[in-house]
Amino acid sequence: MSLNATDLTCYRSGRLIFSGLSFSLENGQATMLRGPNGVGKSTLLRVLAGVLEADGEVELNGTRLSGDRDAVQEQIAYAGHLDAIKPQLTVAENLTFWAGLFGGRIEDAVEQFSLAEIWDRPAHACSAGQKRRLGLARLMVSERPLWLLDEPTVSLDVETTARFAGIIAQHCAAGGMALIATHIDLGLANPQELLLHPLTEAQHAETADPFLSEDWT
Amino acid sequence: MSIWEFANPVRFMRFSGKLLPYFSVSAALLIVTGLIWGFFFTPEADQFGSTVKIIYIHVPTAMLAINAWVMMFVASLIWLIRRHHVSALAAKAAAPIGAVMTVVAILTGAIWGQPMWGTYWAWDPRLTSFLVLFIFYLGYMALWTAIEEEDKAADLTSVLAMVGTVFAVLSRYAVNFWNQGLHQGASLSLDKEEHVADVYYLPLLVAIGGFVLLFIALLLLRTRTEIRNRRIRALQAREAR
Amino acid sequence: MSPTLALLARELRLSLRSGGGAGLGLAFFLIVVLLVPFGVGPVPSLLAQIAPGTLWVAALLATLLSLDRLFQADFEDGTLDILTLSPMPLEGLVAIKAFAHWLTTGLPLIVAAPVLALTLNLPDPAFFWLVTSLAAGTPALNFLGAIGASLTVGIRRGGLLLSLLVLPLYIPTLIFGASAVSAAADGADPMPAFLLLAGITLFTLALTPFAAAAALRMHMR
Repeated sequence: MSLNATDLTCYRSGRLIFSGLSFSLENGQATMLRGPNGVGKSTLLRVLAGVLEADGEVELNGTRLSGDRDAVQEQIAYAGHLDAIKPQLTVAENLTFWAGLFGGRIEDAVEQFSLAEIWDRPAHACSAGQKRRLGLARLMVSERPLWLLDEPTVSLDVETTARFAGIIAQHCAAGGMALIATHIDLGLANPQELLLHPLTEAQHAETADPFLSEDWT
Repeated sequence: MSIWEFANPVRFMRFSGKLLPYFSVSAALLIVTGLIWGFFFTPEADQFGSTVKIIYIHVPTAMLAINAWVMMFVASLIWLIRRHHVSALAAKAAAPIGAVMTVVAILTGAIWGQPMWGTYWAWDPRLTSFLVLFIFYLGYMALWTAIEEEDKAADLTSVLAMVGTVFAVLSRYAVNFWNQGLHQGASLSLDKEEHVADVYYLPLLVAIGGFVLLFIALLLLRTRTEIRNRRIRALQAREAR
Repeated sequence: MSPTLALLARELRLSLRSGGGAGLGLAFFLIVVLLVPFGVGPVPSLLAQIAPGTLWVAALLATLLSLDRLFQADFEDGTLDILTLSPMPLEGLVAIKAFAHWLTTGLPLIVAAPVLALTLNLPDPAFFWLVTSLAAGTPALNFLGAIGASLTVGIRRGGLLLSLLVLPLYIPTLIFGASAVSAAADGADPMPAFLLLAGITLFTLALTPFAAAAALRMHMR
């Protein structure tokens, strides 16, 4: 599978986040999304997932996001800063809900993320790390080929981080893809890297905001 | 050159700046003429006495109260489809004008209602509908101020304008079902029907023309203010970077 | 389990467990209806006359009570992002959430209304039409509420704004709902008002999922 982004430009609240961003990813390996804070890594992941709008084009396996958003989104699993977990429900109820919604199986996810030990615990009683494990288990349950991960290892201990790296490697080896914004070294074997650069002054200057036009009278 | 060229804020500012004085002056002329003519140079009606003369304010403001909302509906639709900023800001600018017109129409109606029906307020379908319209204006303006991001506010208020229009019309007919009312069938139609004789009708037309021009002048003025507001915000955002 | 059932089951479970949903709305309905006699006096004939309107207005207010959480919680904890990636269209999602909200707030009102109508001395023939009109009209209240909730997602203290936006949309439903009950109480034919009420509800059910889904997408833009 392949993921192509062409000339992506994104504004948030009138502020230019990135402009003219193009890249192309092939499957087989996980890709690390790197760059300093505030460079737009989270924004880029959300644009690729189609939950944020940007100018330019995203193409997944030849299907354009602007053309058939549903077809693209149905190949994507996204994990952001928030775990999307309901504290009133137990771990089991949270996970079976996602499985029911996405139509996937839960057995592998429960085993890989060792959720059996906290299976009947209400989510509000879980630690941050346990919640994160539950949140990441959703990736496996949704059975989607492209994983978009935003700082997935926050609150995970060293052991779980290593196990999660193994899960990513396994996912990619099975023909999947993963784009991961992270500052740490996951220890994956020779991953690709995608580096985002801060905007230059020239890029800032050529802003499209019609209210910043120079010929104002 | 297409009409959409004016959707560019800079071009709109230049163009509207030139038009504004003409609209303001002609609005003032027509309103003064219409009101003086209507107030002092028309006979008193047998049935209504001198109270009838309030129609020279009541009818134009009532028409504009509704038409300002229609204009907001169209401008919102243009924003949703073509995403022209000036269109969204024009809708935003029209809301307070429409709300004030609604209030003036309700107040003049109440003042007229006291001698005519012996009460300032009755739950008559038209009075009630104007009150409902006023609440829709309030909600629309409140939503604009509640949302920080300007484009998002434009999006959401446009949705509200769409839904609000549908339910304002539904409410109009529901209210008819609820109470048959006191108002005369139609106080005015453009093909001049029997209720209103020529002597009253001509000055009324002048007054209506004046109020329409006044609406356009205020709309241009307020849209220009909103555009300047947006520019200030954009400049501040650029400074803060 | 199908996506629809999964979502419905989750919504019901959440509203029952949060404690704020069904019970609170019902208690509010009870209090509002019981306050009215204190305001207007205990004269049975007067209460009988205002019973239909009182019950309907109280039902509107009780529906408003928990609306602000309809999308807010999912928006805050990131669930909404994930839901947009699910195979279910956002429109369907809005419809299911509004339906679940009706099950936990609207349905209890319908059950409680006849009991409260007794305290207001509602004439006997109107009881059937009270329940029928509430059953036909309350879904519209929840679905229209979904529009207001979707417009005010992410706004600080959006609850008050939500009421301002939603209450005017309730006017047609209130008019036809209360008219049907009043007509039955006066021995007139309640059918015209009832059919219009049902028409408004069907129209609302068809329209609102699209409007609310559009508003939610705009929030995520």
